[in-house]
Amino acid sequence: MLTIKDLSVKFPTRFGDFTAIEDVDMTIKPGEIHGLVGESGAGKSTVGAAVIGLLQSPGYVANGTLTLGDTDLRNLSPAEAHKVRGDRISMIFQDPQTSLNPLMTIERQLIETIQTHSTVSESEARNRAVDLLEEIGIKNATERIKAYPHQFSGGMRQRVVIALAISTDPELVIADEPTTALDVAVQSQVLDLIQRLAKERQIAFMLITHDIGVIAQVADRVTIMRKGRVMETGVTAQVLGKPQHHYTQQLMDSVPPLDRKIDRFRVPEADNTIASNGAMAENWLLEGSQHARTGLSLTGLSVKFAGPRTSIFRKPPPYVALDDVTLNIKPGSIMGLVGESGSGKSTLAKAITGLVTPSSGTMELGDDVLPYGKSRSRQHPSRQLTQMVFQDPYSSLNSRHRIGDILTEPLWFYGFVKDEQEREKLAASMLSLVGMQPDAISKYPHQFSGGQRQRIAVARALLARPRFLICDEPTSALDVSIQAEILNLLKDLQAKFGLTILFISHNLAVVRQMADDTAVLRSGKIEEVGETNALYTAPQADYTKSLLDLTPVMPTTWQT
Amino acid sequence: MIAFVKKYEGLWLFVHSPAAIIAAIVAALIFVGAVFAPWIALVNPYDLASFSLFDGLLPPAWEDGANPKFILGTDDQGRDMISSILYGARLSLVIGLSALSIAAVLGVGLGLAAGYYGGRFDAIVMRIADVQLALPAILTALLIDGIARGILPASIQQDLRVAVLTLAIALSLWVNFARTARASTFLQMNKEYVQAAIMMGQRPTRVMFVHILPNILGPLLVIMTVDLASAILLEATLSFLGIGLPADSPSLGTLIRIGMQFLLSGEWWILWIPTLFLVALVVSINILGDFLRDVFNPRLR
Repeated sequence: MLTIKDLSVKFPTRFGDFTAIEDVDMTIKPGEIHGLVGESGAGKSTVGAAVIGLLQSPGYVANGTLTLGDTDLRNLSPAEAHKVRGDRISMIFQDPQTSLNPLMTIERQLIETIQTHSTVSESEARNRAVDLLEEIGIKNATERIKAYPHQFSGGMRQRVVIALAISTDPELVIADEPTTALDVAVQSQVLDLIQRLAKERQIAFMLITHDIGVIAQVADRVTIMRKGRVMETGVTAQVLGKPQHHYTQQLMDSVPPLDRKIDRFRVPEADNTIASNGAMAENWLLEGSQHARTGLSLTGLSVKFAGPRTSIFRKPPPYVALDDVTLNIKPGSIMGLVGESGSGKSTLAKAITGLVTPSSGTMELGDDVLPYGKSRSRQHPSRQLTQMVFQDPYSSLNSRHRIGDILTEPLWFYGFVKDEQEREKLAASMLSLVGMQPDAISKYPHQFSGGQRQRIAVARALLARPRFLICDEPTSALDVSIQAEILNLLKDLQAKFGLTILFISHNLAVVRQMADDTAVLRSGKIEEVGETNALYTAPQADYTKSLLDLTPVMPTTWQT
Repeated sequence: MIAFVKKYEGLWLFVHSPAAIIAAIVAALIFVGAVFAPWIALVNPYDLASFSLFDGLLPPAWEDGANPKFILGTDDQGRDMISSILYGARLSLVIGLSALSIAAVLGVGLGLAAGYYGGRFDAIVMRIADVQLALPAILTALLIDGIARGILPASIQQDLRVAVLTLAIALSLWVNFARTARASTFLQMNKEYVQAAIMMGQRPTRVMFVHILPNILGPLLVIMTVDLASAILLEATLSFLGIGLPADSPSLGTLIRIGMQFLLSGEWWILWIPTLFLVALVVSINILGDFLRDVFNPRLR
């Protein structure tokens, strides 16, 4: 029904045309969910944009055919193309926050869309809108339809976006990362909805995502893209279960499984052309006076923030971010901390590092009690012993500083190495220890990719000679193959230097690969703590069970 | 290749923007002329011996009765217009630039600290800024001028005119810097590199000036260019109204004030030439400021 043949899209630049996608072939039948997978920059969104005719200027379709049914999508006048958009092809975007107009009620947005595409009276359009909302699972639709987008939760909002997309009875819906911004529970509801719509209404879905689990769960067929080219295409179970193409195999190898722990990801090891192997940095780290492994224990830790003020005279009720958290991280072990967004994971990290002041409870690093937030002096030893690897490698390195300056700062600041040249040498050696070329030292952060930056961030943390490392979603901004490399690196370093790590992630599969023990956090409370393997195979808390059930995974029967 | 494009993006935009090129040339010529005024000017308007009353009120070279020595004519005192303007621009630029530097140091320092500490300190600084904004620059200048006249002995008042004027202009410009620096600092405070630095236990001054400041320089640079034009205009306004510099050390504003007397007398050049010169200077600086804003804020393109 949708047929794409030899599609190429180019973007003219000052230095000639940049080919975004090349020779892409794809067909999607009615009622089929076709997954489009690839890492960032693979050109998956460009395929979707080319089909719906919304290529970002100055991009243009250079070659190939695009047909929907009998209509040639390439030879449409702007007016005809406009009519096809919405009428026959709809789109669902990633972020439900921004794809709805915040100043219009859901009702107006739905009625407007329906009336644009068919001549019906307003009341008829309203009836249709209410029916639609009920169909996509919004209870009490006659009343809820009068609400504004901000009165809906994220998952509900994404349902409304889907309702908008199908309100015109399209033949094809392009869903660009529709569940990436959602928590697992909501994600699974939205995926169920997409599956149901495909079956009942025979709508064809092009599901663009980087999440292999999502594809495995809902897609009938899948196309794997890389650098603008199709690597492999076919029935999902076959492509993912018995990948033929070298790249697909590699991709599947770097996907962390939820149901078992693997020692190392089978990814190509980082550059072995690196001149030195970082022996100098390794020895320096090992000779540190603090050989001792240091644990962290939290007892009854609570963090409260000032809530929204409702009256001038009364004190606003506090918002409880962490509620009586007790957690014991054994020396030299990795503690995984999982939870959905807003569960207080990052607040916990900030309380430990002193960026947030707890309201009660104690924190002990080794044998020392950590003072709260601002009362912790700048010279407190925990500032050196505790280091952090952040989520976003694009904002965690100062873009105006040279890599060398970023890396030598802890050496200088904590007074480890007095000689400037010695510092540079050690920093360069540390770079090779984390798998980078030592000449990176004279470059700036913008010259590196996300994965390389995250390696630099790890190197910076290590150069403070920490005993306790907090990794706050260290891989959630990275592609899955890069994630595998970083996880391998963290495992290696932990084993070598006996670091104690608090590993925070929303991704249960990743935590399973990394952690010795796992804690599950929900709305500031610890739901369950236990040895990782036991917790994953026999979860005690209902919340843990539902989290594990709802996380999309590949059926075990597919595995090779 | 992308790194290459990024690195020379500003240069490429500049080469492809005729307005920016012309503005840069005009501004550069004026700057050079002002800096080298003592070497290129025909006469020294401060030195009574270098000009003669007999040359008074000569029209520009292309009019009847002109002396080709004085290309743009002379004023009633016999001073060459080009020389007066160059010396005047020199004084205007000195005052503008020093007022700008004071305003930038004061404003950026307070803005950074307000954004970094937040809370009560931020509230106090920003309320002071609001009060400052409510007072027109001329009022501030009159206030400072009045205070200076009141407390300083008459003998040094003349010598301190320039300082008083500079301070008045600086006081009315620092708010822009403080607001921009504060807003940008707020944005940077959420970035993880700042949190990492705070976590390490680095001094607040180091976090502010070594980590945050280099990252907010872009918008500040834009403000600096635009405010240089404002400072020059402000100086001209104050001098024009007679609060600024006296007739014996003329800045551009003073020249225009003197020229006003000849507005309806037929000796048009005495008023119009310094005015056009001031307009050219301010407009070209503003165009450069707009161009810089485009470079630093790609979303506006």
